[in-house]
Amino acid sequence: MANETPRTSVQTTGHVWDGDLQEYNNPLPAWWIYGFYITVAFAVIYWIIYPSWPFGKGFLPGVNSITYVNAEGKEESWHWNTRAKLLKETQDAAAIQKPYYDKIASLSYEQISKDPELSSFVLSAGKAIFSDNCAPCHQAGGQGKIGHFPNLTDDDWLYGGSFDKIHESILKGRRGYMPPFAEALEPAQIDALAHYVLSLSGQKAEPAKAAEGNKLFHSQTAACYYCHGDDAKGRPIIGSANLTDKVWLWADVPGARDDAARVAAVRQVIANGLNRGVMPAWEGRLKPEQIKLLTVYVHELGGGK
Amino acid sequence: MFKFKHENLETNAGILLVATMLAISIGGLVEIAPLFMIDSTMEKVDGVRPYTPLEQRGRDIYIREGCYTCHSQMIRPFRDEQLRYGHYSLASESKYDHPFQWGSKRTGPDLARVGGKYSNEWHVQHLIKPTSVVPESVMPNYPWLLTTPLNYADIGDRMRALRITGVPYSANAEEYQRNVAQFGEAVAKTLHIPDAQKNLVAQAQEGNYDGDRTNVTEMDALVAYLQVLGTMVDFRQYKPEDLVKYR
Repeated sequence: MANETPRTSVQTTGHVWDGDLQEYNNPLPAWWIYGFYITVAFAVIYWIIYPSWPFGKGFLPGVNSITYVNAEGKEESWHWNTRAKLLKETQDAAAIQKPYYDKIASLSYEQISKDPELSSFVLSAGKAIFSDNCAPCHQAGGQGKIGHFPNLTDDDWLYGGSFDKIHESILKGRRGYMPPFAEALEPAQIDALAHYVLSLSGQKAEPAKAAEGNKLFHSQTAACYYCHGDDAKGRPIIGSANLTDKVWLWADVPGARDDAARVAAVRQVIANGLNRGVMPAWEGRLKPEQIKLLTVYVHELGGGK
Repeated sequence: MFKFKHENLETNAGILLVATMLAISIGGLVEIAPLFMIDSTMEKVDGVRPYTPLEQRGRDIYIREGCYTCHSQMIRPFRDEQLRYGHYSLASESKYDHPFQWGSKRTGPDLARVGGKYSNEWHVQHLIKPTSVVPESVMPNYPWLLTTPLNYADIGDRMRALRITGVPYSANAEEYQRNVAQFGEAVAKTLHIPDAQKNLVAQAQEGNYDGDRTNVTEMDALVAYLQVLGTMVDFRQYKPEDLVKYR
């Protein structure tokens, strides 16, 4: 092998390493060369059209421009850049949605939910707004999370499930509050109340303790009836819970392992109270027509009244 | 006359070295260097201020826990990003970040405007166990944040280090007055290094980020930091086309 001569007629670079290693001096392939020239030409065209070379305190803006509508409602052009492009695209998309939002703004809630075309817009646009703003707490399907965030798909509403009440909740937010009773009541009294509260919705409870809890509930000592009502069905005007249904938010009764754990879950709420039920206000974050659309969407999740 | 031949370059290590350095510095020269000269690089907007001591410690924890490996803090000017994350990020919004947390890897969502989007309660639950509020989440649990007391003994040193990089924390009365003029008195007070520990504890107690006012935990700091992200500039003050013209 060592003395073999090159098998082609291509010239070598002239170097010889280690006595026999040589290097061919092939020209670059024509397709590659012309491809390279095309990229150079492309770059020059690109410099002319788009913002490119910096010089001094500025740069070449390019001849391409984007026309958008400014805050005064007049058309205005600026050299091509991604921010101008975004502004233009946002305005174009808003123009497509505008007929729907105009209708939503002018019609009543009932009319919106009965109009098939608007309903499908509410479903698709509402899903996007809900996913971004509501789902982190109320979960993707609106099912909420026991112990933290209310379920929006059932027909149990702390603050009312009518269109107007849902709208109010979204617009202004809510702040749930229940005072802690750990200091005001004896542990035995809290225990009795817990048994009574469980008995209200048909859960297993010791009758003697439940009877005592019943008395306490309606007494001035604990005064539970003050917020939850004489019938314990809650008062939507202040957001106090209905204790007679089997829907639980703060006390994880359905998830409790046994009877003792169920009592403990209720007792914990009575003892510590609640100061966490914060629903943020969306006024200012979302546009009025978006909030109206969201109202219909949440109402249609299943539990609207 | 000297005639340039490729062979001269390839057979002379010194010339090859210099020529290589020249070639690779072109990228930096045309892409980075002009940004220091061009007038419109930094938008002139109000409201951007250095982090308070508590927020700054939260930022340190954000970096310590490696949040940046999955979360970016840079909303690009695209419509899909604007719909999901909010207004695109401005250069001036990270001018006091050392190092900035822009990132380019999004396993989780962008956090540049996460401030004020969720309640403190949500953040606490989410950091303890993300799947408790986002079932499909792949984010790890960070339960120790709630139980670990925040070490803030060295907050003064941390602020002094940032001051060297140009963050306007004040170390003396003269600098404090400069901050009062630039940021107003309420903000200037939080930037004063000698009062850093006092301010940190006060903010943690007032903000009650982790739901327990009696202690200052790492959770307090991290939630305080997350809640301020992207909230400093009030975009209602600016017409969209004004920001377009900074490019």
